[in-house]
Amino acid sequence: MNITLYSRREWIALAILSALILIVFPATMDIFRLNLVGKYLTYAFVAVGLVLCWGHGGILSLGQGIFFGLGGYCMAMFLKLEASSPENTAIQSTPGIPDFMDWNQVTELPFWWVPFKSFPFTLVAVVVVPVIFAWIIGAAMFKRRVGGVYFAIITQAFAAILTILIVGQQGYTGGVNGITDLRTLLGWDIRTDGAKVILYFVNAALLIAVLLVGQMVRVSKFGRLLIAMRDKEDRVRFSGYDVANFKMFIFCLAAAFSAIGGAMFTLQVGFMSPSFVGIVPSIEMVIFAAVGGRLSLFGAVYGALIVNWAKTSFSETFPELWLFAMGGLFIAVVMTFPNGLAGLFRSHVEPLVARLLRKPVVAARETTTAAEPAKLAAE
Amino acid sequence: MMSDDTPRKSPIATRRRVLAGMSALPFMGILGTKVSAADYPTAVVNTTGLAVTDDKVTVGILHSVTGTMSISETGSVQAEKLAIKQINDAGGVLGRQIDFIQEDGASDWPTFAEKAKKLLVQDKVASVMGCWTSASRKAVLPVFEQYNGMLYYPTFYEGLEQSPNVIYTGQEATQQIIAGIDWVVSNKGAKSFYLLGSDYIWPRTSNKIARKHIEKLGLEVVGEEYYPLGHTQFNSVINKIKLRKPDVIYAIVVGGSNVAFYKQLKAAGIDMTKEKPLLLTISVTEDEILGIGGENIVGAYACMKYFQSLPNDNNVEFVKAFKEMWGDDIVIGDVTQAAYLGPWLWKMAVEKAGSFDIDKVREASPGIEFAKAPEGYVRIHENHHLWSKTRVGHALDDGQYEVVYETEDLVEPEPFPEGYQ
Amino acid sequence: MIGDYTLVEFSSILAMQGFAGLILFSVFVLMALGLAVIFGQMGVINMAHGEFMILGAYVTWLCSQFVTAYVPALFPIYFFIAMALAFVASGALGILVEWALIRHLYKRPLDTLLATWGLSLILQQLYRSVFGAREVGVSLPDWMMGSFPLTDIIEVPINGLFVMALTILISLAVFLLMFRSRWGKQVRAVVQNRPMAGAVGINTKKVDRLTFGLGCGVAGVAGSAFTMIGSTGPTAGQLYIVDTFLVVVFGGAASLIGTIASAFTISQAQSTMEFFMSGSMAKVLTLLTVVGILMLRPEGLFTLKMRR
Repeated sequence: MNITLYSRREWIALAILSALILIVFPATMDIFRLNLVGKYLTYAFVAVGLVLCWGHGGILSLGQGIFFGLGGYCMAMFLKLEASSPENTAIQSTPGIPDFMDWNQVTELPFWWVPFKSFPFTLVAVVVVPVIFAWIIGAAMFKRRVGGVYFAIITQAFAAILTILIVGQQGYTGGVNGITDLRTLLGWDIRTDGAKVILYFVNAALLIAVLLVGQMVRVSKFGRLLIAMRDKEDRVRFSGYDVANFKMFIFCLAAAFSAIGGAMFTLQVGFMSPSFVGIVPSIEMVIFAAVGGRLSLFGAVYGALIVNWAKTSFSETFPELWLFAMGGLFIAVVMTFPNGLAGLFRSHVEPLVARLLRKPVVAARETTTAAEPAKLAAE
Repeated sequence: MMSDDTPRKSPIATRRRVLAGMSALPFMGILGTKVSAADYPTAVVNTTGLAVTDDKVTVGILHSVTGTMSISETGSVQAEKLAIKQINDAGGVLGRQIDFIQEDGASDWPTFAEKAKKLLVQDKVASVMGCWTSASRKAVLPVFEQYNGMLYYPTFYEGLEQSPNVIYTGQEATQQIIAGIDWVVSNKGAKSFYLLGSDYIWPRTSNKIARKHIEKLGLEVVGEEYYPLGHTQFNSVINKIKLRKPDVIYAIVVGGSNVAFYKQLKAAGIDMTKEKPLLLTISVTEDEILGIGGENIVGAYACMKYFQSLPNDNNVEFVKAFKEMWGDDIVIGDVTQAAYLGPWLWKMAVEKAGSFDIDKVREASPGIEFAKAPEGYVRIHENHHLWSKTRVGHALDDGQYEVVYETEDLVEPEPFPEGYQ
Repeated sequence: MIGDYTLVEFSSILAMQGFAGLILFSVFVLMALGLAVIFGQMGVINMAHGEFMILGAYVTWLCSQFVTAYVPALFPIYFFIAMALAFVASGALGILVEWALIRHLYKRPLDTLLATWGLSLILQQLYRSVFGAREVGVSLPDWMMGSFPLTDIIEVPINGLFVMALTILISLAVFLLMFRSRWGKQVRAVVQNRPMAGAVGINTKKVDRLTFGLGCGVAGVAGSAFTMIGSTGPTAGQLYIVDTFLVVVFGGAASLIGTIASAFTISQAQSTMEFFMSGSMAKVLTLLTVVGILMLRPEGLFTLKMRR
C-alpha cells in the first residue's frame, strides 16, 4: 500500500508539510499565533474535502459550512452542557441548563440535547450527524442527476436555511450569538495555554491523518473513477458504474472531513456560531481550496494557511482596505493561475529546484502535489 | 424601576456638586489640569506589563469597519477617536498621551475574538473600547475574562450580563424600555401593543421585558413577531398590524431591515404623525434615520438616553467638537454618545486609582462620575452599568429627534431585573 | 386564526395579502430577471449581481442629491431619469467586467463564481470608500410614497403599484428583445449552440458582452427601484443574492417564463405563510419547500429542450 500511496517526491512534500506544522510553527510562534494557525488549520480540513469533492469529483459544494458548523455545534453542545453544571449556573431560574436557554424561558433541557451529555456519543455524532445530512442531500441530488451549477446553488440554499433556522430557534441553539463561553473538556480546562498547545498538536495530527486518508482515496481505483466521472460522467455510467453512489460517497467523505475541522475549531476557539454555517464562510472555504490548487491535497492546506494569514495581516495593517486585497487575490487566482499555488509550484519552482539539484525534471503529472518552500518563509 | 435611594436633584445642582468635588481633587484632570508623568513613575502605575511607557499609554479600538455592521459602528469609532484626542489635548492620562491601535472586527464574531486576543496578548493594551452587537460582545467576553482586560462596551443591549471585565456605557434593557412604555401609557393613553423585532437576542429579550411590563400594567399585547436579520419585505406584518389595530407598534427592527420597514409602513398608509397607531422604537437612532430618510419616520417616538438635539451645554460643545472633527453632515446617535463616554470613564478610573493596572481600575470604577457627559451627569454603578436618564424623542422630518420627555431621576441599571425574567 | 375576524375583515385580509404577494412577486421578478438573462442564457454565475443592483441604487441617490441641489423643479420626475442612468451605469460596468473577467472564463463556469465573488468584495469596499460606510437615504417625490385608501382597511401603496408597473414594463421589454428582435435570436442561437452560431456569422463575443451588459443593466434598474422599499448601503446587495438565485434555479435556468412562474410561486407561498406564522419560520418553510421541489424536479419548473 505504502509503495503506491505516494511517489518519492510526494513523500518529501508530506514530510515538509508535517515538519512545518508539527515542528516549525510550534517552535517559532508564541501561543497566540500558534492558536491562530491552529484555527486556520481547521479550515484546511474543509479545503482538503473540497479538493476531493470538487477538484477530483467535479462536485462544487457551496455549503461546506453546513458540515463544518454541524460538527462544531455537536462538540459545542457537549462542552456547553459540561460548562452548565448546576453549580456554575446557580443564579439562573433553572440551574443546570445552558444560559441562553434560561434567557429564553426554556425550563427543561430539550430531548435532543440530552445525549450530548455523553462524550463518546458526542465524538460519534460529530462525524455521523453531518454525514447523514450530506447523505440525504446527496441521495436526493445525485440520484436525480443534479450536478454542476444547480448543485452549487442548492447547497448554498441549504446553508442559508440552516443559518436562518439556527438563528431563529435561539432558545435551543443560542441564536446569532452561537454557543459561547465553553470552558472544560471532561474537566480539563481548554482555555489555558498548555491546553491550546496540546489541542494544536491533536489538530495537526488529525489533519495529517485526513491527508493520508484523502491520498488513499485518490490513488485507489475509486480515485481514478472520480476523475473519469468529472470529465465524462456519461461514459462512466455507460461502463456500468453507479455514478450517484460514488458521488454520494465522496460528498459524505468531504462532509466528514469538514465536520472534524468544525469540532476542532470549537475546541480551539472556544465557541461556535451560525456565522460559520452560512454562505459567506462556505464560499471562503472554496476559495482556500482554489488558492492552494484544487487538485492538490497539500495545496489545500497551504491555501487555507496563506489566505487566512493574508487576511489577518492585511486587516491588521490596512483595516479599511483589506477587502480590496482579498477580492483582488481571488480574481488573480482564478484568472492567472487556475491550478493555484500547487500549479505555480509545479510549473515554476519545481524545474528550478530540479536544475539546482542537477537532476532531470520528471515529467509533471497532472495531479502532482507540491509544497512551496518560498511561501513557508513568508509564514 | 426607580430605587428609593436615588438622589433627587436637578441636573444643575448635580453639576455644581460635582464641580465642587473636583476642585478638591486637583489631579482628576477632567478640566485639563496638567498632570506630570513624573509624579507617576511607570514602574508604579503599571505593575502588570501593560503597554504603558513614561509618556505614552496604548489602548485598543475594536469595531467593524467592514461588513454589514460598519454601518452602525462607524459612529462609535469616530466618537472614541474624538474622546481620545480631547483627552490628549487636555494632558492625557496620568501625564501620558493615549495612543490607540485600531482593529477591524469585520462584522464577524470570531474575528472579534481573534482581534481582542491580539490586542490583549500581543499589544498589551491598557483598555479596549469596542464591540457593538451582543454576539460580538459574547464572543470576546471569555477572552477579556481570561486575559484580564477591560472593555468599554457602548451599545444599549439586553442585559443578563455583568462581567468584571466590562464597563457597559449603554443602557441595559430595562433602562430603555420601562420608562418609555410608562410614558406612552400615561401620556398617550395606550392600551394595546404590537411587538415587532429582528430575530436575535436583543429584540427578543427586550420584547420579553416589554411584554411583562405591559401585562403588569394590565394592558394587552396583541401580537409579537420576529423577522430574520436583513429581511426586506414587511407587507404581511403591516397587514396584520392594520387588522389588529394596536395603539402602539413597539418596533425593534435593526440594520438594513429598518429602512425597508419604515418605508413600507409609510407607503402602506400608516401615517405616524397621526399616532394611530403610535410607533415607539428603541432601535432607531439618528444614524439609522440617515438611511431611512427623515420624511419616512417623522412622527415616530424613540426611547433612548441621548439625542443629538439635547439642549444642555455639554452636548452643544460635544456636537460642535464632533462636527469639527468629522464634518458638518455627520449625525450623532445614542450609541455614538455612549462610545464617547468610554475613554473618559476609563481615564477617570485610572486617575482615581492612580494606576493603569486592570484590577485597580476595576476597583476604582464604581462611583466614577462624569459630569461633562453630553447626555448629562452619569455615574458608574456597582454592577458596571451606568446610572443615566431615559428620554423619549419625537422624530422630526429633518432626521433629528425633539426631546419630549426625560425621567426626573437617573434610572438605576438592573441587568438582572427581578420579575422580568 | 380566522375565528378572530369578521367576514369583511377576512376578505380584506385576503385582498391585502394577495396584493402584498403581488408586490413581493414583482420584487422577485425584478431581482431575478437580470440574473436569469446572464445565468440562463450564458451559464455564468454572477455572484456580484447584488452589487450591480446597489450600484443602481447609488446612482439613484446621486441623482436625487443632484436634482435637489441644482434643479429642484425636476424633483417629482427625477426618478425616471435616475432609473435610466442606473441602467446605463450598471450596464456599462457589466460590459467592462465581461471584457476584463468573464470572457476568459466561459469554459470554466464554476470559476466565474469565484471571480465574481472577488469582484463583489471589491465593489462593496469601493462603495464603502466612496459613499461612506453608513446607509444613504434616497428621498423620493411625495407622490410616490402615499397610498390609495380603497376601504377602511384596504390601502394600496403607490410604490407597490409603481414596482409592479415597472416589472411588467421591463419584463415586456426583455421579452421583446429576446424573442422578437434580431439580436434576441442571435442570443438564443448562441445559447443553443455556440460553434454553429459562430459558423453562421454571428459575432458570439459581441453577443455575450451585450447580454452580460443587459443583465447587469436590468439589475441596476431593479436596484434603483428598490430604493423605494429597501435600504441603500455598501452591503445591502448581499440581502438579495440567495433569493435571487433560488428564483432563477427554481424556474429552470434557461427559461425566462420559468423565472416568472417561480417568482410567482415563491412570493405567494412566502407572503401567505408570513401571515400565519412568524417571518423567520415562513422563510425557512419557503426555502425548504423550494429545495424539496427541486429535489423532485432538479431541472426546475420549465426547461428548454436542446442538444448539449
